[in-house]
Amino acid sequence: MPEDSKHILSSFEADLARLRDMIAAMGGLVETELADAVTALLTHDSAIAASVVEMDAKVDADERAIEQFAVRVLALRQPVADDLRQVVAALKVTTDIERIGDYAANVAKRTLVLNQSGTTWPLASLSQMSRLVQESLKSTIDAISEADPVKAISVWRADQMIDDLYTTIFRELITYMMEDPRNITACTHLLFIAKNLERIGDHATNIAELTYYAATGQTLPDARPKGDLSASPAPGAAP
Amino acid sequence: MPDATANVKSEPAAALAEPRVSIRNLDFFYGATRALKSVSIDFPDRQTMAMIGPSGCGKSTLLRVINRMYDLYPGQRAEGEVILDGENILAPGTDINRLRRRVGMVFQKPTPFPKSIYENIAFGVRLHERLSRAAMDERVESALHKAALWSEVKDKLHASASALSGGQQQRLCIARSIAVRPQVLLLDEPTSALDPISTLRIEELIAELKQDFTIVIVTHNMQQAGRCADRVAFFYLGELVEVADATQMFTAPREKRTQEYITGRFG
Repeated sequence: MPEDSKHILSSFEADLARLRDMIAAMGGLVETELADAVTALLTHDSAIAASVVEMDAKVDADERAIEQFAVRVLALRQPVADDLRQVVAALKVTTDIERIGDYAANVAKRTLVLNQSGTTWPLASLSQMSRLVQESLKSTIDAISEADPVKAISVWRADQMIDDLYTTIFRELITYMMEDPRNITACTHLLFIAKNLERIGDHATNIAELTYYAATGQTLPDARPKGDLSASPAPGAAP
Repeated sequence: MPDATANVKSEPAAALAEPRVSIRNLDFFYGATRALKSVSIDFPDRQTMAMIGPSGCGKSTLLRVINRMYDLYPGQRAEGEVILDGENILAPGTDINRLRRRVGMVFQKPTPFPKSIYENIAFGVRLHERLSRAAMDERVESALHKAALWSEVKDKLHASASALSGGQQQRLCIARSIAVRPQVLLLDEPTSALDPISTLRIEELIAELKQDFTIVIVTHNMQQAGRCADRVAFFYLGELVEVADATQMFTAPREKRTQEYITGRFG
């Protein structure tokens, strides 16, 4: 938040700064986790995939530490107004970041399974989608760190493209599966990977909404961009 | 009539209860010093309004205007309108005794008379009404019930009020104020001299009393304002900066000055 004035109580100011730093650090860790998971997927690197799975434990530990600290701030400082919004948003954002970590770890786990199958698949669309998701996550984490509502809105809007790409990949993989049933196992893993990436995009928009609320006190409208048409009643009939 | 909230960020007045007290363009002077600057604010009927702001912001001054307490001091004057039930109580012909019966006040420090508990309440009632002994007993008991003090003092009504604890004395002062059946109850930092448990008892009492009275409380305790008040008004340097419902005020105040004050970033 653009702040001209600091809290009179410097220890409170320090607590809020520490909370911001803890979230930025956890966000940075999950960014790395996702980047590594994507690298492992695109380069078929099982060693990196295994390291991602291990990294997730640290993300979970960060979540618990932030929750404990936020509860402590609520109990001891009784924050109000923008301070209150910041602490409440911190509690919720941490849950979203943790889920993003879980999805990244799941991408890595499925990469390990795919690598064992010894076959390779065209990954161009997934590569493009993962790039968009990574950009979205990075902007989200930046938006939290800088308490920047404008950046938060841009993430919120960008989710449409991720959803569109997911729909494309969904169709592409179904085509492969129809071509040859032997593709089904690998394609199903790739489909889950694409879904994981799409869910990461959704959690990034959640974080963007919370960041916007924390910074401005206003909530974004309910109708956020929704482009995942694979869950529509007739997937093939999507526009 | 000018819009009460013309200069102040506030929700549309349509959403609010009918005002019991309406203040319009109120200026207040201590000699040459202007302590309130064109304040316009409504106090909705049977709701609690908390007034907050740093020392010297004018909130206690405003409280003292509503029952014309300032009349007791030379060199102090108010300009503008304070409308209670359609009547401008700042107008010259106002009956001050009648006004103070309609607008009760409780101060920061408990101020019981050096008399019995019973007499503390009966004394004020006798100034305004002639009641039979039985009716007076009933009035005293009813006031003590409303002030949540009855069960603690019912066996010692004729003992001295000064033997009560600070919290009990403050509740006695509230009982004394409501015994004359006012419409508005002004509370000037009523718990600042009390321990936390006595404070919560007073706050609980405020929640019950607002069913019958319009309550205006001045407090320096932000959490107290949040706990007690339906509406909160923030004053700064004699101006009303913002008035909003308590939830709005403490989650997303509209004015930067309000936010800086309530979050402790002032100055």
